[in-house]
Amino acid sequence: MTVMTFRQALHDTLRAEMLRDENVFLMGEEIGVFEGSYKITAGLLAEFGEKRVRDTPIAEEGFTGAAIGAAMLGLRPVVEIMTINFSLLALDQIVNHAAKIYGMFGGQATVPLVIRTPGGGGQQLGATHSQNIELYYAFVPGLKVVAPSTPADAKALLLAAIRDNDPVLFLENLALYNTKGEVPDDDTPAVIGKAAITREGSDLTLIGYSRMAYVAAQVAEQLAESDGLDIEVIDLRSLRPLDRETIIESVKKTHVAVVLEDDWLTYGIGAEIAASISDGAFDYLDAPVRRVAMAEVPLPYSKSLETAALPSTEDVINAIYQTLEAVGKRRTKIAQDS
Amino acid sequence: MSDQTRTPRKSSARADTGHTKAAKNPVPAVDNSAQLIDFYRQMIFIRRFEERAARGYTQALIGGYCHLNLGEEAAVVGLMAALRPTDYLFTNYREHGYAITRGIDPNRIMAELYGRVDGVSKGWGGSMHMFDITHRLLGGYGIVGGQIPLATGAALAIDYRDGDEVVMCTMGDGTTNVGAFHESLNIAALWNLPVVFVIINNRLGMGTTVEKSSAEPELYKRGSAYRIESERVDGLDPVAVFDAATRAVTCARSGKPFLLEVVTERLRGHSVVDPAKYRTSEEVADLKAHDPVHTLAALLLRENLLSAEELASIDEDATARSDAASAFAEASEFPAVSTLFDYTYATPVPNDSRRLPGQPLFGAPQPTPGADQ
Repeated sequence: MTVMTFRQALHDTLRAEMLRDENVFLMGEEIGVFEGSYKITAGLLAEFGEKRVRDTPIAEEGFTGAAIGAAMLGLRPVVEIMTINFSLLALDQIVNHAAKIYGMFGGQATVPLVIRTPGGGGQQLGATHSQNIELYYAFVPGLKVVAPSTPADAKALLLAAIRDNDPVLFLENLALYNTKGEVPDDDTPAVIGKAAITREGSDLTLIGYSRMAYVAAQVAEQLAESDGLDIEVIDLRSLRPLDRETIIESVKKTHVAVVLEDDWLTYGIGAEIAASISDGAFDYLDAPVRRVAMAEVPLPYSKSLETAALPSTEDVINAIYQTLEAVGKRRTKIAQDS
Repeated sequence: MSDQTRTPRKSSARADTGHTKAAKNPVPAVDNSAQLIDFYRQMIFIRRFEERAARGYTQALIGGYCHLNLGEEAAVVGLMAALRPTDYLFTNYREHGYAITRGIDPNRIMAELYGRVDGVSKGWGGSMHMFDITHRLLGGYGIVGGQIPLATGAALAIDYRDGDEVVMCTMGDGTTNVGAFHESLNIAALWNLPVVFVIINNRLGMGTTVEKSSAEPELYKRGSAYRIESERVDGLDPVAVFDAATRAVTCARSGKPFLLEVVTERLRGHSVVDPAKYRTSEEVADLKAHDPVHTLAALLLRENLLSAEELASIDEDATARSDAASAFAEASEFPAVSTLFDYTYATPVPNDSRRLPGQPLFGAPQPTPGADQ
């Protein structure tokens, strides 16, 4: 185990995979000379050269499609789309092509492509640069969508994504790049499609992915200390496929669930999870599934409004308290909060 | 009716988007009679195959959209003749003729139209999405322009491995207005990729003319924005197309992309169901007068390269093979419902949803073989 940042884990994994397999190469805007908008690819151009660390023009549809075409001929491109907002410019290539080529041609061609891209608000980047639109991709059969929340998973899921023969959207988050954690030294890939129970508990199931899985882990520890609550935390890790079994088994044990998401509430990832719980654990539920999501507005620039619109730790704790109060499971004095 | 094949227009004639009305070009000096006869065999087969497909459509044996290469036969065979078997082709949804000319078994092409298991894409693609890795047809694509970035990326993969193959990417005239076209030409030029972009300019995007959709209607000139060498050629003359395509492919093989505009005709509507009411009777008569298959047949006859009996025999053979393809397709099975989830992912993963409509999330039986229809 080595303690490192999420950013370092991504960087080291990209480098290791490029050393392991010469078919792995990187493409994206400003990833070479500029070393990446978020410096994930720092030093790689110097080490591997322009053939394998390819600065592209600002043409998301063009270079993402080119990566798909290269993947069809057996290369294993890892594309960086500077932020997930810009992936909308490549939507046709991702949804109509990457996701379809294997099935539409009867299994004759594969697309072993990884698209790395960060989402996330809270940086005062305004409405067009702060979205969490992974749902658009998680909706599409043929794509795989993974969303690590820890440096260890950043490594294990990136290994899995690069070695997978299908197109994988690898969701990162601006707020996670500097977070630190222990990372195994061996290169065992994660299993795409499996959630992780990152904290076992019996009082409530708290579900999140990407940044909100990180928030969930923090909140669970905090409430264990402050309130003696025993919260089970599920990090989804994979949005497509979605590991419903792990969620259902947990809810059957805790009988209450709160889902955290950085995207918008209506039709969001949390809605799918709530529906799944209703389908698989209806008789076990003691309270409606509660969702904590971003306010349904184009995210404003001004800090006061931006902060109010994004789900905070406090929002999560309140949702947990209210859910537990509803079923009489809260153990601390309500009077303290009022 | 013009009874001459045409030669590619020289630069002085390039501003003309139409075909010369009375081209009276001399027959080429070199003896290309074997090539002409071969082109004719291929062209008449595409003609009869497409007519058979249209019939299959009206018989409701073929579904979805069905776009035919009728009128584009000379362009198709001229382009394909310029490729090596190891070269790659990306094309759009009007691709039956290309699949045939690349050498794919026509029975399998017709079976794909019929949606059967023996189809080139196992019944998953249909008319617009034919694919055959053996013949390096890397797809018909239904989204206008979607194939262009892919073809550019395939050329990138060739370049990455220092290969000597070339990618040809065909598209319609209307496609030159999508962003993917411009982004891809820019990338191909920046990175010196071995790709030939071919505009099949049949002068209509569905019903909209080139002049109404493209501010630079001389489409080959769009290459100049990316310093890509380009040329326009008469797409009703298979020899001219072959010669131009050969120049284009040679250029691409040397590591420079090329933009080739092939001016051709669409004899019928945009798809089988389009009656093309936007065309005047004069236009329709003109189309018939310039029919590339008839023109080539007349040339072969006039030059005593084939007798009327031989022409008729080739035609009958094409009709018979088209009928045989339909019979093969009709005899082929529909894909089993048990195979519905076989091609979602190439690398299996846990929790992949395999539910039929209406099945509950939990406790539903998996679809089993024999549950068809």
